[in-house]
Order: sequence, then structure tokens, then C-alpha cells
Amino acid sequence: MFRLEARASTPAWFNLALPLLAIGATLVLCSGLIALAGAGVLEAYGVMFTASLGDSYAITETMVRAAPMIFTGLAVAVAFRAKFWNIGAEGQLLAGAVASCFVGAIPMPGPLAMVLMALAGAAAGAAVALVPATLRVKFKVDDVVSSLLLNSVIYYALMALIEGPWKDSFSGYPISPPIEDSANFPVLLEGTRLHLGVVVALLAAPLIWFLIVRTTLGFRIRVTGENPEAARYGGINVERVLISTALLSGALAGLAGVGEVGGVHFQVMSDISPGYGYSGIVVAMLARLNPLGVVPAAIFLAAVMTGAEAMSRATGVPAFLSDVIQGTALLAMLVALLFTAYRIRRVGAAR
Amino acid sequence: MSAVFEQIFQVGFLAAIIRIATPLAFATLGEMFSERAGVLNLGIEGIMLLSAMTGFTAASLSGSLWLGVVAAVLTGMLMGALHALFTVVLGLSQHVCGIGVTLFSSGLAYFLYRLIFGQQSVPPNIKGFQTLPIPVLSDIPVLGPAVFNQFALVYMAILAIPIAAFVLYRTPWGLSVRMVGENPRAADSAGVSVIATRFQAVVLGGALMGLAGAFLSMAQFNAFTFGVVSGRGWVAIALVVFGRWDPWRSAGAALLFAFVDALQLRMQASGLGHIPYEAFLMLPFIFTIVAMAVMSRNAVAPSALLKPFRREER
Repeated sequence: MFRLEARASTPAWFNLALPLLAIGATLVLCSGLIALAGAGVLEAYGVMFTASLGDSYAITETMVRAAPMIFTGLAVAVAFRAKFWNIGAEGQLLAGAVASCFVGAIPMPGPLAMVLMALAGAAAGAAVALVPATLRVKFKVDDVVSSLLLNSVIYYALMALIEGPWKDSFSGYPISPPIEDSANFPVLLEGTRLHLGVVVALLAAPLIWFLIVRTTLGFRIRVTGENPEAARYGGINVERVLISTALLSGALAGLAGVGEVGGVHFQVMSDISPGYGYSGIVVAMLARLNPLGVVPAAIFLAAVMTGAEAMSRATGVPAFLSDVIQGTALLAMLVALLFTAYRIRRVGAAR
Repeated sequence: MSAVFEQIFQVGFLAAIIRIATPLAFATLGEMFSERAGVLNLGIEGIMLLSAMTGFTAASLSGSLWLGVVAAVLTGMLMGALHALFTVVLGLSQHVCGIGVTLFSSGLAYFLYRLIFGQQSVPPNIKGFQTLPIPVLSDIPVLGPAVFNQFALVYMAILAIPIAAFVLYRTPWGLSVRMVGENPRAADSAGVSVIATRFQAVVLGGALMGLAGAFLSMAQFNAFTFGVVSGRGWVAIALVVFGRWDPWRSAGAALLFAFVDALQLRMQASGLGHIPYEAFLMLPFIFTIVAMAVMSRNAVAPSALLKPFRREER
């Protein structure tokens, strides 16, 4: 028999090795599906790799995809640290996209437009996240369910907007009018889509890390998440910390939407997010809720997404493999996390 | 205004409510069993989707709808077992595992569907379940055609409610389920295997979620599309809260939700042109959130919900 035994301490190298182990296990597990689709496993993964990280253009495309997931990953990491179960990053992202598109369509000098777009998007995301947090603090409503249901509400609100007042009267397509050209985020490398928002996302990670690890608010967030009773005993207003966490988390998710509008699509459509909000959960868990770890985790998932389409064209393996990889990676990481707290010990037949 | 009401409350309206309620009732009862044993299953959305896919595929390839139902139920049980393995046996975070199961199952559903059916301009469909009038009962005015001229799966859902209540409140196993959900330590001392009971409850829940998926792809839509589940799993989770973890109340919650949903469908159709139809689509979700806020004051969740059980830890 085997059984799990609590560890006294976790070896330091584990923290780095675990996500890599989880990703390795994921790729091995998913190779079964590639084989099932009748393609060569190494060939398929090879195409995915070269199409996402093989040359400088591929890398920029991967980074463009990673940016929103860095933001949603940070949003989830911050929230989960306080055990505010924000499953609503998807809706907060959409709200951020709508608000920034609204602001970006107003003619004004470019830099001002970008700053106002970011503020509007962050505020919209924060406002949406405030709903489940308030419901939890005031009415003890489970935040998982309310934040989850809110995603659908925001999605239909967005649809109502782009099929109603925002509908393109020329084409008849349900897309919003574009933002002003001056509000388009500057492209950093000519011939690519690498936009300013990607740099902001990369800078946000160390900033949030600093906030969590070095500031009072960060300390309160961590204590509230680890032990709310102790936090309360220590004089921390747990309700207020939960609300602050929600505002911060929602604002970060909202910024993911701002980047998609300002840097990639320049307008809002129904499929502006291919589930970046949910991917944020995978990113945050792969990063073990560490804001610095969010960056490589988001780049990994972005590479899988970018590479999957090329793989599908080259080998015929359905591109949905990238969704399976995401789900498997999340589950593999959870199992891997088990080994930070426990070790497997062989025990005799008699207990 | 009275014309609107006349159009809304036709004979077919009651039948529509019952059809909308059927997959929700299956899913809600499934989630309820899982939560009663102390395990939140956020994998429900993905489990329903994957079951809808396997059910549709099995029915489409074999030509037998009931074989499809069996495939969907087995899929639900398998994915339930996966969730139970992570949350019950390994004791991992129920929230995150559930999202993982949903991401994994939905990805797998789309992947396998595309692998089997390829990319077609018109999605393949099947001849789904036909209505099965029950003699005599279906002749009752209004109620008869609405309730007793339905798909076989609808009758199964109606029967599932008293059976679920009986199993939960009147059998030794149901007592074990309630014990491990309320006080696993006490259940363990009384000789009930917490791990085994929870595992069984989550797998049973998965089977019911599989039936919900089967109904969607084989009775309601007769095809597997991306929107075949579209949030119904999440709604079921809210309905369990709304139904206070009780089979009868949960089924009642499903019926009430179906009423709101059927109402919005009718109101869309009755040409209230100045209101965007999305407002009606939002309505059930907002309704559920508000209802949860109102109900939460006296909601009685199983006390051990979300808490993993490890025997050697105190």
C-alpha cells in the first residue's frame, strides 16, 4: 500500500520543478490524442513549437496572445491568494473591453486616449468584480457561483450592445464601431502585432509581485487567504480586504480587455476573448499564485494556442487539442501541488 | 397587454417549461447528490458537454438512441470518477479541480467531435427521441398533453425526483451521504467509509449530469453544437443553492427557472421589439443571483462542503 504523508518542509527546487513536471506530464498525456488523430506525436509538437516560438515573428504572435492571459492570470492569482474565488475574469475582461472601446471611440490625443481607456477598462472590470465580493461580504452568497453566473450576464450585455446601439449599420455584422486610429496602441516592432499593451502586461507582473510580497495590502491579502480568523484576530478588516482584492483582481482582468481592444482588435466583437478569463485560472495555478510565475505560464499557454492552429493545418489534428492541453495542465498541476505538502510513503499491509 | 399574456400562456407553454426543466432537473439532482456528500462539482458544465457529445456520437454511429443514453451516462460517471479521484481521494481544491474538469471535458468534447465528424458546413443531426404519449393520462385536459405526452427522458426526470428523495432520506446509503457531507469525522467513527461514500455520490451525480447532456443532444437539439449546454451546468449549481440541497426543492427550482426561461422565449417571439432579446437571455442569470442573495440568509449548505477528508489529520 501507498499512502500520503505530510511533509515537514518542501525542498526549494520543487517550486521550480513542479510546473515543469506538470507541463511534461500534460504533453505526454495529450500525445495519446495526437496518435488517435493519426499524426506523429513528435511532428505535431514540433510544428506547435516552431509555429509559436520558432522565429522572431512567431514569438511576437505568442507574446500578443500571452498579454491578456498575463492580466487574467494576475487577476486570478491575486484573488485566490485572499481565497476570493473569482471565476469571473472572463466577464470582467469583456466589461473592460467594452468600456475601453467606448472611450477609445471619442476623438482626443492618442496618449490621453490610451490612459483613459486603461482607466475605464480597469474601472469596469473592478465594478463587475465588486458584485460577487459585495454579495459574499453582505449576503454570504458563494462567490464561485455568483462570479460564474455574472460571466453570462456580461456576455449577453455585450451582445445586446453590439447587436443594438453599436451594430455596424453598413455591414450588419454584430461588431462595435472601431476606436479612433490615434487610440490604437503603438506597434513596437514594425511588421508584427507586438503592441504597447504587451509591455504593460510584462511590467504589471513584477508590480503585482511587489504589491503582494512587500506591501501592507499584500500582507493583508495573504493573511486573509491563509487564515481569516487569525486575520480578524490580528485586527484586519477581512471584509474590506476582500473588497479591495476584488477591485484589484477585477481591474487586472479589465486591463486584459483593454489590451485586446487597443492593441489587437480595435473594436469589440462577440468572440473578442477565446476564454482568456478561464485560461487565467490555469495560468495562475501553473504559477502557483506567484505573480512572477504568471509570465512564463501565460507564455506557455499562449504558445500552445498559437501553435495549435499551425499543427492543425500541418497534421490534421484538431486545433481543439490546445483546449485539452489547458485542462490537462491545470489538473496535472493540481496533482503536482500535492507533492509540495505530501510525499508518497510505502507502508506495509497492516496499518 | 392581454394579447401578450394570451400568447404566452398557451397549452404548449406548460409543455415547453417541462422540456426546459428536464435537463436542469437531472443536472441539479446530480449536483445535489455530490454536494450533499460534501463535494462541489464545478466540472458539471464540461461533463454535460462531453456526455452530450458521446451520447450523440454513439446514437449517430449505432442508430440506437438508448445506446447513446448509455454512452452519455457512462461518460458522466467516468468524469465524475475523475473529479472524485482529485477531490475525494487526493483531497485537492474542489473549486479548481472542477474548473479543470470542465476545461478538460469541453476541450475533449470538441476535439473528439471534430475528429469523428470532421469540419462540415451543416452539423450532422440525428432523429432524436419522439414524444411518447401515456395512454389515458395524456387525455387529461391541459395537463395531459403538456406532462404526459413527452419524451421518455422527461418521464425519467419526473421519476428521478421522488427516487432521489427516497434514496437520500430513506436508505442507509442516503444517510451515509448526508453524514459524510455534514460531519465526516462522526461518520468515520460510526464506521462509514467517507472516501467510498463521497466517491459513489460524485459518480452518481456524474451519471445524472450525463442524462442531462443526453437530453440536450438527443431530445432537445438532436445535434451536437458548441452552444448545446451554454451555461446550463452553471445554472444547475445555483439551483442547488436555491433548492437548499433538497431533491424536491431543487426540482422545484429547476421548474421555476424553466418557467422564467420559457417566458423569455415567448416574450422574444411575441415581438416586444424595443427590448433586445439578450435582456431576456440575461434574465434567468440575474434572477438566480438575486434569488441566491435573498435565499442565502437561511440557506443550509452541508457543513463539510469543500472540505477534504483525511483520516490521519485532525
